Amino acid sequence: MHLERAHNHNWRKIKSALASGIAFVSAVLVITPLGLVFFHLVINGASSVNWDFFTKLPAPVGAVGGGMVNAIVGSLQLLALAGVIGIPIGVLGGVYLAEYGSARLNSVLRFLADVLNGVPSITWGVVVYGLVVLRFKGFSAYAGGLALGLIMIPLILRTTEEVVLLVPNGYREAALALGVSRWKTIVHIVMKTASRGIITGILLALARIGGETAPLLFTAFGNRFWNHSLSEPIAALPLQIFTYAISPYDDWHRQAWAGALVLVTGIFCVNVLVRILTRGRGAPVV
Amino acid sequence: MVNVIMTTPEQSVTERIERPAQPPVSAEPAPKLTFEAKNVSIWYGEKRAIENVSLDIASNAVTAIIGPSGCGKSTFLRALNRMHELVPKTRMDGTVLLHGEDLYSKTVDPAIVRRRVGMIFQKSNPFPTMTIGENVVVGLRLNGVRNQKFLNERLEKSLRMAALWDEVKDDLHKPGTSLSGGQQQRLCIARSLAVEPEVILMDEPCSALDPIATAKIEELIHELKAKYTIVTVTHNMQQAGRISDYTAFMYLGRLIEFGPTTKIFTNPTEKQTEDYITGRFG
Repeated sequence: MHLERAHNHNWRKIKSALASGIAFVSAVLVITPLGLVFFHLVINGASSVNWDFFTKLPAPVGAVGGGMVNAIVGSLQLLALAGVIGIPIGVLGGVYLAEYGSARLNSVLRFLADVLNGVPSITWGVVVYGLVVLRFKGFSAYAGGLALGLIMIPLILRTTEEVVLLVPNGYREAALALGVSRWKTIVHIVMKTASRGIITGILLALARIGGETAPLLFTAFGNRFWNHSLSEPIAALPLQIFTYAISPYDDWHRQAWAGALVLVTGIFCVNVLVRILTRGRGAPVV
Repeated sequence: MVNVIMTTPEQSVTERIERPAQPPVSAEPAPKLTFEAKNVSIWYGEKRAIENVSLDIASNAVTAIIGPSGCGKSTFLRALNRMHELVPKTRMDGTVLLHGEDLYSKTVDPAIVRRRVGMIFQKSNPFPTMTIGENVVVGLRLNGVRNQKFLNERLEKSLRMAALWDEVKDDLHKPGTSLSGGQQQRLCIARSLAVEPEVILMDEPCSALDPIATAKIEELIHELKAKYTIVTVTHNMQQAGRISDYTAFMYLGRLIEFGPTTKIFTNPTEKQTEDYITGRFG
């Protein structure tokens, strides 16, 4: 009896070691692609990332040098446009889901937001193409910003809802018991308490759409020059990378690598910023 | 006091208001009343939490509501400043008068009710994004008071009344959550006092505190009663005996007995009250 138990014990130890070993290997496999991507980008792109890359317009084929300043600025403009649409609607919608509405309506809204989160991004491009580009007879920064903004809405909506729900009910009750009105309680107490989490959600959504290419293909369209009006086509970093990568020219390929490295670094920085925000001392929520 | 005159829902509100208030104890002269609750029943969805509770609450006195968990004492307390309405699907029947005014009249804004009837909760809940000073005056600020001099005066006055001023006067810029549990609860009391309510409701204000912090809060309650009417819910019968002038015993959603604390604790009329107080159940 005693021996049998010892035997079982060893077998259990082996099973335990096996399970944690498999989990460890899986964890490494998760991180490996990130390492590979970054390594590859640095090898191929680092040599082309220079001052010109950030300050010059694309050079004509065959000409040496040139950069992607228009695409970098264009991407920022598109993110700003997307933010104007996506942030207020996403945040207020998330607050509605967490604070108002009936349980039944909210579960429907929540389900629809999750469906929207799963819609392939090129679909948003097609929708905006049909709604905006065809109607106004032209590709534009507005159309690109709208496509990206629509992608942001359900992302921000769900993260906002989650962090607002995390705010303990005691704070709402305390404010209401002081005779503070409902909406002031929500804005000044609940949203303020959840602000870190809300900002984190916004940043993650911006990082996510910052790298989107498909919805911009037939909305923002891309532009090799400065964009002088938001109702005209505009360059974006992912689009420029796409165009350069499928071109037959070696120096364009190098520029595409450099662009990809800059894009990934930018998104990486946003994620680091999110980590810093969420780690902060005394963060009550998230 | 058990209300023998049953008020039917068909009776108009005014009719009920005009009826003379009944004193809580027949033997003594009627004290000035702050609340008159008549036939209050509250449902959460299908579940009836309290049934036909009628209770008059005397001004400038401490009224304690005791009873086992789930007896409806917190629900009744929350009915006094309409906080129970925050739970979806609540239904309320009966009337609650505050100095003769119907709290549940259609024209009454619950926010105004809560400005007059403050509340302290079981778990101290200073706002984590605010400093000690900001916590105290937040009620005034969010109700539109901008005058900094006025806010500063009210800040000191409220903290002094909550017996916290000397402990925090040099740390007003520190986060409210940096204080100890008992100090946080006194901060919440100061926050409540800052909007100058007439009544302070306390929902087991000491149940999360150690004995020393509890003693401070009890002392504070004793001092505050000179200026405010206090209604407190407590699990702790010794505490009810120490701090209250009147005690109401509730059981299974009903008011079993109500009277001066000395009478309830030494010579209760109802058998259930005696059983509960002597620790036979609950």
